[in-house]
Amino acid sequence: MSMRGRLTTVLVLFLVAVGLVVLCVAAFLKPGTPGGVTDFTKSQPAGQPVHLVAQTVGSIGFGPHPTWVSYMVLNPTTHKWVQDTTWKLPAHTKIDMTIEQFDSGSPLRNQEWGQVQGTIGDSMQLNGKTVSVYDSYTGTGIGHTFAVPTMGISVPLVGVNGSDTLCGEGPCSLKMPHNEITFSFMTGAPGNYPWQCFVPCGLGWLYGNGGPMSTQNYMGGFLDVVNS
Amino acid sequence: MATIWVIASVVVDVLFWTLLGPHMAPGRLTSTAGADQTDFNILVVIALPVMIAVWVFLGYSIRTWSAKRGGPEPVGGEAARGNKKVQTIWIVTTTVIVLFLAGFGTVALIGDHGSGGGEGPNPIWAPSGATAAETAALTKSDSWSPSSGKVLVVQVIAQQWKFTYRYPQFGGFETTQLMLPADTSIAFNVTSLDVIHSFWAYQLGVKADANPQENNVAFTDTKSPGSFIVRCSELCGLWHGAMSNNGNVVSPSDFESWATGTEAANAKNTKLLAPFAWTYVPDANGAAGGYYIDSNVTPYSNSELYGAKPSS
Repeated sequence: MSMRGRLTTVLVLFLVAVGLVVLCVAAFLKPGTPGGVTDFTKSQPAGQPVHLVAQTVGSIGFGPHPTWVSYMVLNPTTHKWVQDTTWKLPAHTKIDMTIEQFDSGSPLRNQEWGQVQGTIGDSMQLNGKTVSVYDSYTGTGIGHTFAVPTMGISVPLVGVNGSDTLCGEGPCSLKMPHNEITFSFMTGAPGNYPWQCFVPCGLGWLYGNGGPMSTQNYMGGFLDVVNS
Repeated sequence: MATIWVIASVVVDVLFWTLLGPHMAPGRLTSTAGADQTDFNILVVIALPVMIAVWVFLGYSIRTWSAKRGGPEPVGGEAARGNKKVQTIWIVTTTVIVLFLAGFGTVALIGDHGSGGGEGPNPIWAPSGATAAETAALTKSDSWSPSSGKVLVVQVIAQQWKFTYRYPQFGGFETTQLMLPADTSIAFNVTSLDVIHSFWAYQLGVKADANPQENNVAFTDTKSPGSFIVRCSELCGLWHGAMSNNGNVVSPSDFESWATGTEAANAKNTKLLAPFAWTYVPDANGAAGGYYIDSNVTPYSNSELYGAKPSS
């Protein structure tokens, strides 16, 4: 090969390498999912409890992964359901949380997560009934959990009957089969507190913890606790 | 030059040992942590004279053999000749140091029951009473109290992305809190429900891999009350960075109060947990999957080492 040919080859390979590096850096810096932060700090007077409403859907029905299971949250300002899992909350404030659970359930891999922990009274209301421990081997099992490990919070979200006609696209209407779980907890000092589901519900991935379990804005996110 | 080296080495070693040494990581919360600190300090005390020897010889060389302005290039002569005496001293000294450290490390590893590292399912350096406690824990025939002097068995269960802990001598309850009694031998039995994690209780001087379907046993002896941090030290997925928790070493009586209180508070859920076993196998059927006792490694007979598969 001539000197010119060799130089051209080297130049082309160099440009390809640079392009790959740029692509990798861009992919790393680009947010993995759409969405943003849902702000609950202005939804009520300072010091008053915050009402946070979320839902879990078996398949989100839109976006890059329409078949993935996901959380959605009701924006307190627009009153529209959005697929955000970073929620800005005021520090040292009572959070009254309602989760509408539309997904089916199964036994927990670790029944430890069947015990309500870290909420006020270490209990939750399941369709109006107080529950502190749910036996995931009975009934319809557990669909998901809402857990904030660094705050010691873990709440089992009881599944709906899988043989019913379930909601297949978020946001789900309350007319569809669901369980309503309510509980309260106190936020602590300002900081970023990751939350996640402890049911390995990422079907098709190793041990069920890939896909939606490993992608923000689906089954995990942050409580962005700030001074109000 | 030798005088300067000796004086400097003694001064720096004494300063390090008395001023900095007691503050070296990971502290002295447990026997293994204390041994880690002591071993590190000994290594530094041995290494400092070597470092100072290099520096002093470097200074001597610069002073003695550097080129003089306007003088001849310092090539050949004394600087370029071999010196059998120096070479012999260097080789013998470094050989002795390396061999001593190999022996010292081996003794520390054995004497401290694995130095806080996971020894696998069949530890060969177990403290007295550990095998009996582990076997009894598995058969639910054991209990623990401050006056019992027994080894406390704690099971560490890793899962994406949280450590939970079971206390078989207190009914096998499971909790997200890690509490330990002071002045007590602890046997950590580390396993995982999914991928590979690593249980790293930094201030305890304990670090053991958490592998699915493996029971990795690590020992330590707690000393005084204090707090410590547990982190996962094996990259395990999205929330690996958040997989940590605080733990506490408390007085034996406080620990007993906490354990019995938690046992009572969690009794309802404890009945629903999988039977206590060294490892658990997720059910392959179903999305969430329960975890079940591993039939390949239980039950054990008293004559077998814990963790050993029963002879067929």
